[in-house]
Amino acid sequence: MIRLVVGALLVVWLALPARAGVEITEVTSPGGITAWLVENHELPFTALEIGFRGGASLDAPGKRGAINLMTALLEEGTGEMDAQGFAEAAEALAAQFSFSVSDDTLSVSARMLTENRDQAVALLRQALVAPRFDQAALERVRGQVLSNIAANEREPNAIAGRNFRALAWGEHPYGSSSDGTADSVAALTRADMVEAKARVMARDRLYVAAVGDITAADLGAVLDDLLGDLPATGAALPPRATLGLTGGVTVVDFDSPQSVVLWGQRGLPMNDPDFFAAFVANHILGGGGFSSRLMEEVREKRGLTYGVASYIAPKDLGETWQGSVASSNDKVAEAISVIRTEWARMAADGVTDSELAAAKTYLTGAYPLRFDGNGPIANILVGMQLNGFPRDYVNTRNARIEAVTREDVARVVARLLDAEALRFVVVGRPIGLN
Amino acid sequence: MTRFLPALGLCLVFSLPAQAGDVTHFTLENGLEAVVIEDHRAPVVVHMVWYRVGSADEGPGKSGVAHFLEHLMFKGTDDLAPGELSKTVAANGGSDNAFTSYDFTAYFQRIATDRLDLVMRMEADRMRDLLLSEDDWQTEREVILEERAQRTDSDPGALFSEQRRAAQYLNHPYGTPVIGWRHEVERLTREDALEWYRRYYAPNNAVLVVAGDVTAAEVERLARAHYGPLAPTPDLAPRQRVEEPPQLSERRMTFVDPRVAQPYVMRSYLAPERDPGDQAKAAALTVLAEILGGNGATSVLGRALMFGDAKAVYAGASYDGLAMDDTTFTLIVVPRPDVPLAEAEAAMDAAIEKFLAEGPDVAQFERIRTAIRAGEIYAKDNVEGLAQRYGEALAVGLGVADVQSWPDALMAVTPDDVMAAAREVFDRRRAVTGWLMQAETPQVTQ
Repeated sequence: MIRLVVGALLVVWLALPARAGVEITEVTSPGGITAWLVENHELPFTALEIGFRGGASLDAPGKRGAINLMTALLEEGTGEMDAQGFAEAAEALAAQFSFSVSDDTLSVSARMLTENRDQAVALLRQALVAPRFDQAALERVRGQVLSNIAANEREPNAIAGRNFRALAWGEHPYGSSSDGTADSVAALTRADMVEAKARVMARDRLYVAAVGDITAADLGAVLDDLLGDLPATGAALPPRATLGLTGGVTVVDFDSPQSVVLWGQRGLPMNDPDFFAAFVANHILGGGGFSSRLMEEVREKRGLTYGVASYIAPKDLGETWQGSVASSNDKVAEAISVIRTEWARMAADGVTDSELAAAKTYLTGAYPLRFDGNGPIANILVGMQLNGFPRDYVNTRNARIEAVTREDVARVVARLLDAEALRFVVVGRPIGLN
Repeated sequence: MTRFLPALGLCLVFSLPAQAGDVTHFTLENGLEAVVIEDHRAPVVVHMVWYRVGSADEGPGKSGVAHFLEHLMFKGTDDLAPGELSKTVAANGGSDNAFTSYDFTAYFQRIATDRLDLVMRMEADRMRDLLLSEDDWQTEREVILEERAQRTDSDPGALFSEQRRAAQYLNHPYGTPVIGWRHEVERLTREDALEWYRRYYAPNNAVLVVAGDVTAAEVERLARAHYGPLAPTPDLAPRQRVEEPPQLSERRMTFVDPRVAQPYVMRSYLAPERDPGDQAKAAALTVLAEILGGNGATSVLGRALMFGDAKAVYAGASYDGLAMDDTTFTLIVVPRPDVPLAEAEAAMDAAIEKFLAEGPDVAQFERIRTAIRAGEIYAKDNVEGLAQRYGEALAVGLGVADVQSWPDALMAVTPDDVMAAAREVFDRRRAVTGWLMQAETPQVTQ
C-alpha cells in the first residue's frame, strides 16, 4: 500500500568513520516528499530534522519579526490544546520538539521514542499544520520577544552585531535583527502570524533528515503524515544582498571596562571554486582556536584578549569574512592593529607548507567527529541538503580539503583578504581609536 | 622527567575491574581512578582527566589560582613546548579544552580512537612535569584578567550572581568566584601556581574517564603504561573545607547597574547536595525543581506567573546536587516591564505557598517520571555527556554506584518526599533574595 521509492543504488556510505558506517539513504514518500535517512536501531528513538529555506528573511515588508514570533508560537497550542495542553501532551510522550529560525532557515528538531512515535508524530503534525496562534499565546510570547529586544539594547555583543549588520547589509533583511524592533513586534497581529507561516512553511523549500530507530517504509509514512498537508508553495526568496561595508572603525559608545569588536569584509559563496582554499586559509588565520595565527599573536604572545576568532560566513544571499574579539578599553587599539597586520600578512604571503599540512590534518580528522549522535547527524544532513551538496559529499568533502594547495590558498587570500577594507565595529570606551 | 617507580615490582595487578553494563571502573596502584564507557557507534573517543581540586580548595587571598593553573597547564612540560599539546591534538583532528569549577578542574580531548595513546601520553606528561617560563605565566595572567573582564565585569547579571553567592555563604569558599576576585588574581604568582600544581596534580588526586569506541582492557593497558609510572603526592590530606555555621538571618540585596536591560528577582536557598550512598534528599530536590520550574508551560511557577494575569515573561527553578558541600536551590522571576520587582516577588511567594498547601499535581508528577525514563535513553546518544556525568560525580566524591543508581533514586521519589524536601529547603533564614535593577527606584524600600 505504501509506495516507496528507495533506490538501493542511491545508498551512500560515509567512508571516514568507516567501521561505524553511516549509511545515507534517500527516501521518497508516497506523497512525493524526500528525506535523507540514516537507520540505526541501537537506541529506541529517532531524531528528525526539518529545514525550511528562507527563514526569517521571508518577513513581509513592514512585518519585521513576524516569522520569529510565529516560530516561537508553533508550540503554543493547536486544535483543542492550548499552550499548556500541548506541552503536557509532549511531556507525556517524552517527545522533545524545538523550533528555531535564522536568517536563512526555519528549523524544527524532534526526538521521539519508538514506543510512541505515532502519537508524537501526530502531535508534531498538529503544531506544524494547524497552530492556533491564539491571542493569549500571542500576547505572552510577544512579551518575551519584547523583553529580549530590550535586553539586546544594552548587551554589548548584541549592540555590535546590530551595528555590523546594518553597515553590511542595509535595507536587506540581513541588515536587521530577525527579532524585529519593539515597534514592529508591537504591531504584529494574528493575521500576520498566519501569513508569516504561509510564507515560509511550504513544501517547495523543505529539507528533511531522520536518524535512528526508523525504517525507510515507516519514514515514508511519517513524512506524508507530518508534512503532506503543508501548502505546496511559499513566498519568493528575497534578492541577493549587496554588501555595503567600507574600511574603517565605527565606535559605539558603551560604558564598560572592555570593548567588544566585530570586524569583516566581503567573503565568498560555497559554490566558489576557491571556497575550500578560503576555508583552509581561514582555519590558519583565525578559525583554528589555539593553533590559529590570531590566537597566537593577540592572546598567546600579547595577552590582549581571552578569545579571538575569524570565520567565513556564506549565507544564502550574501557572504562575508568576519571576526570577533573582546579586549580591555586600553588594549583594544593594539588588538585591532595586530589583527590588521595579520590580515595583511596572510594576504601578501599566504601560508606555509607546515601550516597547510597541519590545517588539513585537523580539518579532515575533525570532520567525522561531528557525526556523534542521532540529533547531530540529522542536523548535518539537512545542512548538506540546504547547501545543495549531494549525499556523497560526506565521502568527497575531505578529498576537497586535501586537494587544496599553497598556490590555491595564495590565490584566494590575495583575491579576497584586504586589511584596508576591514570595517571594525567597536562597542565600549576604547582608548586611542579614532 | 619525574616518574614514579613502584617500590615493589609485583604490585602491577592490584585492583579488580568492576563490570556494570558497558561501564568499567578500576584503580591503579598509584591511586588513579579510572572509568571506561564503551560506545562503539563511531570510531571516536573522549579522554578526560578530572582533578579533585577546585576553587573552593583555595586558601585565603589566593582566589583564582585553580583556574590560573588550568590555563598554565597548556604551557608545556619537559617534553612538550608551550601550546604543543593543543596543537598536536588539533593536528590529529581532535579538539581539547579544560574547565575549572568549585570542586574540580578537568582536561579533555575528543579525537579519533586510534589517537588515544597519543593524547594519553601527553596528558600523563603534564600531570607531573609542567614547566613555566617567566613570560608565559605573566602573559597568561593578563589573559585571565581579560577573561574576567569579558565574562564577569562586562555582564551585570554575572556580577549580580557573584555578589549573591558571596552573601549566600557566610563561611564556606563557595562564596568566592571560581575565576577569582580581580584584585587577588592580579597578585597571583608563578610560585602560587606551582605550589598548587605540585600538591594537587597527582594520580592519587585524579579521575580518568575514557568514553567511546574503546574496550576496558585496552584503556587499562594504556593507562598503566602512561599514568601508572607517575608518582602520587604523599600524605595528601582529605578534602576538608570550612563549614557553614547555622544560617539564622535572611539576606536581601539590590544590585544596580545602568547596563541592566531586564530586571529580575532571584532567590537562592542553601540546599543539601548528593552524598555517597545517600542521594534520596537530593533526588527529591531535583524533582521539586522540575515541578516548580522545569517547563514554563507546565511547571508550578510557569503556570502561576506566565499565564492568565501574567506577571512575568519567565519564571523558573533550578537545583544541581553535584557538589561536595551544601549547594543552592534557586528561584527566578523575570517580570513583565510594567510589573515592579516587589510585585513579582510577592507573586512568586504566593505560588510557592499555594504549592506547599496543595502539593504536586498527580498528572504532572507522572509526566516527570516519564521524562526521567526517557532521559536515560536520550542520554545514551551523547557519550561525551555520559563521560561528563561520571567524571564530575567521581570528582566531587560520589562513586560509580551512585551515578548508576541516580535514575533509580529519581524514580523512587514520592510526592510526600517532594513535599518534605520543599518544607525543609524553603527556609528564608537560609536564603538570599536579590533584585537586579537598572536604577534605584522607590520600590527598593517598598
